[in-house]
Amino acid sequence: MAQVGEVIRSRTGKTTFQERTSELWKRVRENKVMYLFLAPFFIIFFTFTVLPVLASMYLSFTYFNVLEPPRWIGWSNYALLFLEDDIFLTAIKNTLVYAVIVGPGGFLIAWVFAWLINQLKYRVTYTLVFYAPSITSALAISIIWRILFSGDYHGYLNYFLMRLGVLDEPFQWLRDVNTMLPIVILVSLWMSMGSNFLVFLAGLQNIDQELYEAGKVDGIRYRWQEAWYITLPLMKPQLLFGAVMQVVRSFEVSDIAIALTGMPSPLYATHTILTHLLDYAFIRFEMGYAAAISVFLFILMFGLSRLLARLLSTRGDY
Amino acid sequence: MSVALPRRQRRRGKLQKEPIGIYVFLTIIGIIMFLPMYQLIITAFKPLEELFLFPPLYYVKQPTLQNFEELLIAAGAGWVPFSRYVFNSVFVTLSVVSLHVFFACLAAYPLAKSRAPGVNVLFQLAVAALMFSAQITNIPRYLIVNGLGWINTYWALIIPGIGSAYGVFLMKQFLEQVPNALIEAAKIDGASEFTIFRKLILPLSRPAWSTLIIFSWISTWNDSWSPMVFTQSEAMKTMPLAIQTIFSGANVVARQGANAAAALIQTAPTVIIFLLLQKQVISTMAYSGIKS
Repeated sequence: MAQVGEVIRSRTGKTTFQERTSELWKRVRENKVMYLFLAPFFIIFFTFTVLPVLASMYLSFTYFNVLEPPRWIGWSNYALLFLEDDIFLTAIKNTLVYAVIVGPGGFLIAWVFAWLINQLKYRVTYTLVFYAPSITSALAISIIWRILFSGDYHGYLNYFLMRLGVLDEPFQWLRDVNTMLPIVILVSLWMSMGSNFLVFLAGLQNIDQELYEAGKVDGIRYRWQEAWYITLPLMKPQLLFGAVMQVVRSFEVSDIAIALTGMPSPLYATHTILTHLLDYAFIRFEMGYAAAISVFLFILMFGLSRLLARLLSTRGDY
Repeated sequence: MSVALPRRQRRRGKLQKEPIGIYVFLTIIGIIMFLPMYQLIITAFKPLEELFLFPPLYYVKQPTLQNFEELLIAAGAGWVPFSRYVFNSVFVTLSVVSLHVFFACLAAYPLAKSRAPGVNVLFQLAVAALMFSAQITNIPRYLIVNGLGWINTYWALIIPGIGSAYGVFLMKQFLEQVPNALIEAAKIDGASEFTIFRKLILPLSRPAWSTLIIFSWISTWNDSWSPMVFTQSEAMKTMPLAIQTIFSGANVVARQGANAAAALIQTAPTVIIFLLLQKQVISTMAYSGIKS
């Protein structure tokens, strides 16, 4: 078997190498116009995104404090990260807890709300209300959440619970290790489901209405059947987009955590991979080390999103 | 197939009764979702006495513009008139949004619909780039912008922003849904790629690029990072950075009202953009007729 395979490979490889390159050139020339379409974006993208990413990968192998030129130190940053940095392990743990809930949770909520609103005749108000939290910045809206969860008598939640008799004295919601992470998760769910919600809503508009008619003829009786057999398979491109962005969003949690619980948070209870990175990059100015963290985070997210892409594309085409 | 009833009637056939349950459910959830925003709005209009009132009121007794005045006075104390920040913000945001959305649509068409060599690699690269923390890449990006001599210019605030991969990813996913048969038919009719793009792709992807305009607007409008990194002169600052500077170090509780007012001012234009575009995002595309 193996031998046959090799013979075929070497034969086809040799005989078609020139053919292949000439065919490649032919296809490139045929699609000349297409490269003109790609050029404006990708030139800017390479200059201001790809180059900086490659440079950051290089920096992760150096000691770089911004003032002096980077000095090559090999794998030291990575060794330090995994073997000696205990706080980093806490950060990974927190990030995973957060991502496991906010990732699928936010995705599901966004989809359900978009799907429900899409059935309504009066959509404008509902769309605005559900999207509104995403319009403001985390910093701006955290003022309100801090008043709500404030640890003194004046915090709305404390006041409310004390009047109900649940609490005898004010509880330090944003200072207690048991409630900090859950609150950050709650606020994140509230704030971050908006953009996927809007993408899904727009995606629902792209579905050919006639397919629903056809579905009825084929015996679809309930809304959930319609959603499962017609809507979801047709929305795969948007679902994949939403899933990948949700991975990015849930692993890059930082601004809400910092705005609510400060940085570094008490006992590192809401310390995440990204706040760890920010700590090293902009407080300690150890850019090389921070870059190593970003490479680790990148590999984590990249692997997960490849997995999701595979999951979402193996569902059969109906 | 079925008799051509108006769409709305068709959608509410036997299967879809008027979904009162959904209305009730969404209204309750919606009110809960909106409470923090409501709180922000009333805080901005509360006079100082009411801000410190306890137990807090869930409405405003005497609405006032005091907070907005305080904000304007604090802003007016700077070296540069506040209108300069507003102009910078509007100019930069409009430039980035229009160019980003247009270039993203252009690039997404071959990514979704052509089999030109290398297209798939470019797409994978764009998606992968989304996963690298922007906080780190900002340092090398600064060096590049500096090398180009763009520090303290509008170029630095506009051009790097156009290269965000988010828009290309979004547009490519939506364009995949455009039926290939339509494009083939147009090609047989002798349409050039540019004509196909203009007459077919752009109209058919209206919900997509309208959504992208909203996203791109929000991320550029609220971005205080690039002006902070790429500019030093006060005259080049944008609104979010200016507001942030005004409030840095200020007592958060005492400045609650002015903070909320600032958040509202910062948010208002986005809400208007959203209201202008929502119709495109949430109205059903009528391309059932075009499909072969």
